[in-house]
This record gives sequence, C-alpha cells and structure tokens, in this order.
Amino acid sequence: MVNYVWLAMIIFGIIVAAVNGNIEAVTRAAFDGADAAVKISLGLIAIITFWLGVMKLAEAAGLVRALAWLVQPVMRFLFPGVPKEHPAMGAMMMNLSANILGLGNAATPMGLIAMQELQKLNRRRSDTASDAMCTFLALNTSCITLIPTTIIGIRLLYGSADPTAVVGPTIMATAFSMAVAIIADRMLRKIFGGRER
Amino acid sequence: MFALIAELSRWAIPGVLLIVLLAAFVRGVKVYETFVDGAEAGFSTAVKIIPYLVAMLVAISIFRASGAMEVLVAALSPVLDQVGLPAEVLPHAIMRPLSGGAALGIASDIIKIHGPDSFLGQLVSTMQGSCDTTFYVLTLYFGSVGVKKYRYSIISGLLADLTTLVASVYIVNVIF
Repeated sequence: MVNYVWLAMIIFGIIVAAVNGNIEAVTRAAFDGADAAVKISLGLIAIITFWLGVMKLAEAAGLVRALAWLVQPVMRFLFPGVPKEHPAMGAMMMNLSANILGLGNAATPMGLIAMQELQKLNRRRSDTASDAMCTFLALNTSCITLIPTTIIGIRLLYGSADPTAVVGPTIMATAFSMAVAIIADRMLRKIFGGRER
Repeated sequence: MFALIAELSRWAIPGVLLIVLLAAFVRGVKVYETFVDGAEAGFSTAVKIIPYLVAMLVAISIFRASGAMEVLVAALSPVLDQVGLPAEVLPHAIMRPLSGGAALGIASDIIKIHGPDSFLGQLVSTMQGSCDTTFYVLTLYFGSVGVKKYRYSIISGLLADLTTLVASVYIVNVIF
C-alpha cells in the first residue's frame, strides 16, 4: 500500500510538473523535502533522549506498569495481543494522554517508546507492522488535543469574536474519527489479517 | 473548563518529572545512572528515522511543489460538491494528512480571507484541530522501529481523516 502511494505521489508530481513546464520545481522540492526530513529527525534527538531517560526511570520505579494496570479495562479491549501490565500499555497511555493535553514535545518520544515495546512483542517479521501497532497508530492519528492552541491563536490573530468556539466541534469531530478509526482497524485486520504467528 | 485543561497542560511535564523522580528514589533506584542508561538510545533512535522521513517528505514535497495537488483538487471538487463540501476547504482536506505545516498555512489563509467566524473559517478550524498528520506520524513511528510494511495502517488512517472531514462539515453546519 505505502509503495503505491509513495510511487504515485512522485510520478504524478513529475508528470504534472512536466506538463506545466515547471520541471525544475521537482528538483528543488526533492532536495527541500530531504532537507526538512533530516532537520526534523535531528531536532528530535534532544527530546527523544530526554524522554527515554525519564521513561527508563519510570519503568524502574514501577510506574509504567502501575499505569498500564490502571488503564487495563480499556486497553485490554483495544490491544488484545498485548499482555496486561506490559510496559507497552503504559507507554501508549502516556502517548495518548500527552496528545490529548497538547504536549507535542512529550507525545512523540512516548509514542516512539511505545513502538519499541510493541516491536518486542511483534510476532510477525520485524519489518512488518503488528496488529497492535496498527491499532495504536489508528488511535494516535485520530486522537488529538483537547485545546487546539495553534488554531485558536490564528483565530485570535484574525479578530475572531469567539476564538475558542471551535473547541466543542473539534472534540465532537475527533470522537467520530476515533470511533471510525477503531472500527476500521478491527475490520481491516479481519480482511488483511491472518497469519500472525 | 478550558482554564483547567490549560493549567493541567502547564503542570503535566513538571508533574510527571516530580512523580517519576520521587517514586524512583523511594524505590531505591539509582536515578542518575538509570536516566543516562535509558537516554543512551536517543541519538540512534532519531538517526534511524532519517531514511524513512526523507523518503516520505521528498514525495510529499514533489507532490506539492509540482502542482499535482491542484490537479487532484480540480478532479475531486465536482464529486465533493455533490456531498455538500465547500470547494474552498478541499486543498486543506487533502493536505492535512500529508503535511501539518502546509495544512496550517492553508487554514490560516482561509481564515484570513473569509474571517474566523464565517462558516468556512469555523469549518477549517475544526478540520485543522481534529486530525493529525497521518503520513508523518506513520512514517516517524514505523521508521523508529524499522517497520517497512505498514499493512492496512494507511487505509485506517485515511478513513479516520475522511471521517473528520465529513463530521466537521456536519457538526459545523448544525452548530453555527
């Protein structure tokens, strides 16, 4: 799937640029994209290092397990393949909480830690996503902050009479998309699933 | 309510640090050594992401800069017009799963032109706030553990994004 999407974006882009007589834009865009990717990755070093350290402490103190135990009922349902009280549960919960609170700087490292824990449980080949990873990412991409501070800031900037008016609709729309993400994940797992060793 | 959540956000990280450090200390964990032990993998994790992110961002960047996105918008707008989606927000809807920054740029443009409290302004605000940059998250998270086969993740992610779009149109229509 990702192969086709990736291929289509580049090939279609080159064709459109050629038709528009704007082919040099492709060259520039390719290097700009690569540049941005490396900058983002390197920019993550600091926060990933910091949170990996904190998470190691939390794990050693038994807090990750305690958190995993706390959220067990919901997480058992969502991630039947992950043993209860596994550190992956705690890390996923911390990632989702950080997302909801709008702590982007903490959410990403927590998510990466959760992925590492899930990879330890992966019973497919290590280059293939496990069921739990797919569920986690479906939740992660559809769940978003309670207070979208950036967009509220922009609304304020352009003189909105009620900048926070969109908070309610945002939460409602998120609820819909989370529900669909969970259902779609379950159904797609049945369709594409099978052979988890 | 909002003030409460904002306060909670401000306290979340200092609070987590405080609880983790105290709990570790009480449990007799050697705090400094354990922190450094864990943090060691930070650099390699970040570096591991680079090839995945380069691949994805190059494709997205070409797609955007070449004008391919406009072609897709032009092709899709008659269809989406039928279901009551205003054509103005279509570029945002297409960009949202690909690039957070680009989508935000489109959103602020729409807000600037039509006003934050107009129907389009409210709609695009809701759309911006209620979904994440699916492709970026998938690339980053899968890349960090070396997963190359995403299976059906892209489909469920995009279905969720599509739901956000439809739900936003419906909800904003009802409320405002």
